[in-house]
Amino acid sequence: MVNVEVTPLPGIGTRQDFVARSGRRIGVITYRDGHFDLIVSKHDDPDSCVASIPLTVEESGALANLLGAPQLVALLEEQNREVAGVSTRQLPLAPNSPYDGRTLGDTALRTRTAVSVVAVVRAGTVHPSPRPDFVFRGSDLLITVGTAEGLAKAVDVLENG
Amino acid sequence: MHNTAISLIELGAVFFGLGILGRLAWKIGISPIPLYLVGGLAFGAGGLVPLEGIEGFTELAGEIGVVLLLLLLGLEYSAAELVTGLRRSWLAGVVDLVLNAAPGAVVAFLLGWGPVGALAMAGVTYISSSGIVAKVLGDLGRLGNRETPVVLSILVFEDLAMALYLPILTAVLAGTTLLGGFTAVGISLVVITVVLVIALRFGRYVSMVVDSPEPEVFLLRVLGAALLVAGIASQLQVSAAVGAFLLGIAISGSTAENATKLLEPLRDLFAAIFFVVFGLNTDPRSIPPVLAYAVGLAVLTTLTKLVTGWYAAKRQGIARMGRARAGAALVARGEFSIVIAGLAVAAGAVDEQLAALATAYVLLMAILGPVAARVVEPVARAVQRKVGTPATT
Repeated sequence: MVNVEVTPLPGIGTRQDFVARSGRRIGVITYRDGHFDLIVSKHDDPDSCVASIPLTVEESGALANLLGAPQLVALLEEQNREVAGVSTRQLPLAPNSPYDGRTLGDTALRTRTAVSVVAVVRAGTVHPSPRPDFVFRGSDLLITVGTAEGLAKAVDVLENG
Repeated sequence: MHNTAISLIELGAVFFGLGILGRLAWKIGISPIPLYLVGGLAFGAGGLVPLEGIEGFTELAGEIGVVLLLLLLGLEYSAAELVTGLRRSWLAGVVDLVLNAAPGAVVAFLLGWGPVGALAMAGVTYISSSGIVAKVLGDLGRLGNRETPVVLSILVFEDLAMALYLPILTAVLAGTTLLGGFTAVGISLVVITVVLVIALRFGRYVSMVVDSPEPEVFLLRVLGAALLVAGIASQLQVSAAVGAFLLGIAISGSTAENATKLLEPLRDLFAAIFFVVFGLNTDPRSIPPVLAYAVGLAVLTTLTKLVTGWYAAKRQGIARMGRARAGAALVARGEFSIVIAGLAVAAGAVDEQLAALATAYVLLMAILGPVAARVVEPVARAVQRKVGTPATT
């Protein structure tokens, strides 16, 4: 169980952080105007920070995707273990993909590659079982289930249309 | 017509000059306040270029600068933050008050300025510049540090102390007796409590009066309300600054945040004029006689802020390096020291040299503060290595 500490910073915003098993403090500062800083404490001085990285709302969403999706993939992998030949993978939809701004139906992924999109992770939020009219946006992460061959094809479809 | 042209040219030159000074200040990593003061000293009486014909405007603009400085100080922290801050850090706050007000008061007595001068100088050396401190902490990437909430809570306490101190100072400056002084303390305690309760319980109604979705309407209303309250407070002998400050505390939530965003550029403009006017009214020739005192105070009150920060951070279980950082962060004095000195000098109840001493002191501390915050880590590490035992400063 991770114990997240919430500390008010009067006049600035809030700091939320936790101490990781490695002894480093990791967290975010939420400013009053809504932007974030990612903070990581120094190795030799846990009171101070080695980095304080300003993130826009989109950037923090992207980071949340990167950190949140693997957990979902691991969970699905566990569930699909009995089914031989089927694996779960997270496929990124690049911002310049031909399907950025188009629907899941447009990709015809299921017909063309037999791969199912079981969830889409966007800005750290999981959208389970997307319907064919689900509109993709750049830097979405697609959680997909399929055969190795089908998944390889799906990567190509998402990149090149 | 001709006079207007000259006034515009003079004003334009002053603003443009301040712009260049401000840019220079941020480039070398210090606050622009000392440079504005130097700019003021350079013009005015005994300075290089006397400015004529714009005094009417600059005097009033300087007053508006004080109102805006205090209004934004009030807006900075919500009433809830003030109350929790008071509960958590009152002991560190009291240590801060005693250690840092005492040197100013003692020097004022040494110079024979009497109790009124001592009260004013105590305020000048006590209050850290929350503007400089917040800016430096942000610039150095220390907002995520563990000692930062400690530093901020001391600033919050100082904020509340100001709310008590300013009405008392105003009453004393107006020449009231000891009994009158106590009455002022009593009245200000009641007023602060009432304002805090209003802000906590009915803050949204106060906010509703000034709030508007249109930025320009909002700006006009906030500014209008601030000047009205300040004017009325001034008429009631409570000082315009206090009125604006209390209005700032009473406005809360998102209204306060939006008001801060809208008013910041205005405050920077008018506060710059205020510093220049303060510099203008200070004769540069009056500084050398008090310079030694200013340097002594600077050294002493740098140490007392270091001790304050060290003590407050230690109470929160922060390691030595963090304690040193907390102390160094608090060293900067600035805008509010000048506001206090300005109130005292304007009332005419203190020695004229107070302005010179306050100017020299703030010049030193506004430069020393950001420098101290920057060099504290390497210095503390060097001391630690040399002595072999943990650093104490």
